[in-house]
Amino acid sequence: MGQGDVGALGLVTSLLLVGVAIVVSLTQQLRLEKSLIWSTVRAFVQLIVMGFVLAWLLEPGRSLTYSWLWVAGMVVFAAWTVRGRAPEIPGLFSIALVALAVATVVTLGVIFGLRVFPMEARAIVPLGGMMIGNSLGGTVVAARRVADELADKRPEVEARLALGQSSREAGRPYVRSAIRTALTPRIESTKAVGLVFLPGAMTGLILAGVDPVDAVLVQAAIMYLILGTVATTSVVIGLGSLRLLFTPDHRLRRLARRTD
Amino acid sequence: MGDLFAFERVTLDFNGVTALQEVTARLPGGGLSVVAGASGSGKSSLLRLCNRLEVPSGGVVRFRATDLSTLDPLQLRKRVGMVFQRPAVFPGTVRDNLLVAKGDAGDTELADVLEQAELGTAFLSRTGDDLSGGEAQRVCLARTLICHPEVLLMDEPTSSLHRAASLALEKTVVSLHRDHGVDVVWVTHDLGQIERLAEYLLVLSSGHPVYEGDPSTDEARRSLASLTGDGAT
Repeated sequence: MGQGDVGALGLVTSLLLVGVAIVVSLTQQLRLEKSLIWSTVRAFVQLIVMGFVLAWLLEPGRSLTYSWLWVAGMVVFAAWTVRGRAPEIPGLFSIALVALAVATVVTLGVIFGLRVFPMEARAIVPLGGMMIGNSLGGTVVAARRVADELADKRPEVEARLALGQSSREAGRPYVRSAIRTALTPRIESTKAVGLVFLPGAMTGLILAGVDPVDAVLVQAAIMYLILGTVATTSVVIGLGSLRLLFTPDHRLRRLARRTD
Repeated sequence: MGDLFAFERVTLDFNGVTALQEVTARLPGGGLSVVAGASGSGKSSLLRLCNRLEVPSGGVVRFRATDLSTLDPLQLRKRVGMVFQRPAVFPGTVRDNLLVAKGDAGDTELADVLEQAELGTAFLSRTGDDLSGGEAQRVCLARTLICHPEVLLMDEPTSSLHRAASLALEKTVVSLHRDHGVDVVWVTHDLGQIERLAEYLLVLSSGHPVYEGDPSTDEARRSLASLTGDGAT
């Protein structure tokens, strides 16, 4: 312990609060217990796999191509997840794939182009994951909120269309609201940085012995890139969903209701 | 007078349901036409075809002899305005609502259009939450009128209103038709309303036209009587 070695006991102890949450869910009939158990088990398995993959990728002499392939795989998986969370939007996978891929390439390009971190496997995979993971939350919320808003406000949207507004004009108020909802958590956490919590990259660098001011500068750069990435991908997904949910002749498609 | 709308073997399917099945019918110009039918007869679907909120799965819809599919839908919808069953007042004030329809409208134009809808300028600063059902529907009518449509499509606009508000809205629309020459297509299943409004009648049943023409004939009455049995009021 004290050297980043958690051990089985530490791992089990860390699950105590999850256990409390499961008990609360059961007693209050929140029906979240299955999701909590599933996400806990799934996260554990995924992290174990990730650990082995990272160990393999970090072996001396391993080509960086494998690291980039891993990042590409994460992009595809994230796009697939976005599609799965908003299945009523036709063709969402392609837009999510392009948005996430471009955002990842640009942000990693900035990080490695400016030599914030050296371009090596131990930086490519975690930083790629950080960018894609943060974007995933925003894009899922943006896509779902656009679909929900347009379905809930269908009478208003059709009233706007009936006045001769284009689909873009008619959908704009609802997309604006959806994108705002998607971005608010990221904006709020950016505002609270340093006051409420110390972000992971900075903490890691300080623990590794890097000068705190240098660590802060690195963290600031990463934080801005994450904010920019989440904002860009959420806006692209929000506007893209709007386009996909209308026909080219400005009619709102019929939207099937999600059951979740 | 030529046809305002003509439907030539029009079929409309959605979600595996056939709302209209090879409908061939016409609605003449220069009058107040009523499309009647029981719930689920396809009358609202037929109306939505007229401003391209729906497009037919088969057949052709013509507006003043022109195939609707060849017209720009945005221009068409300004020419063919629509008032829906439930008033959808947008967030903001009545003024904001009118400006959504016509962003460059001046105060005089706003006042004129409110007067046509029989609302005063005092309504300009009121929000949707402050309006009764009848007032909200009139705001929606005013919002449609500010685009100066040639045709008004009224999709059961009084179904959620009490009788007095319903009769008042009918009177307003009849005045618009008579005094301003606006063609009106009114969808309803209310027999009293049909009797008061219809200059031309099209009756639908299960996606098929069962009568079209003069609303005062015995055949028209028979087709409407069958509606009562289907639950029409």
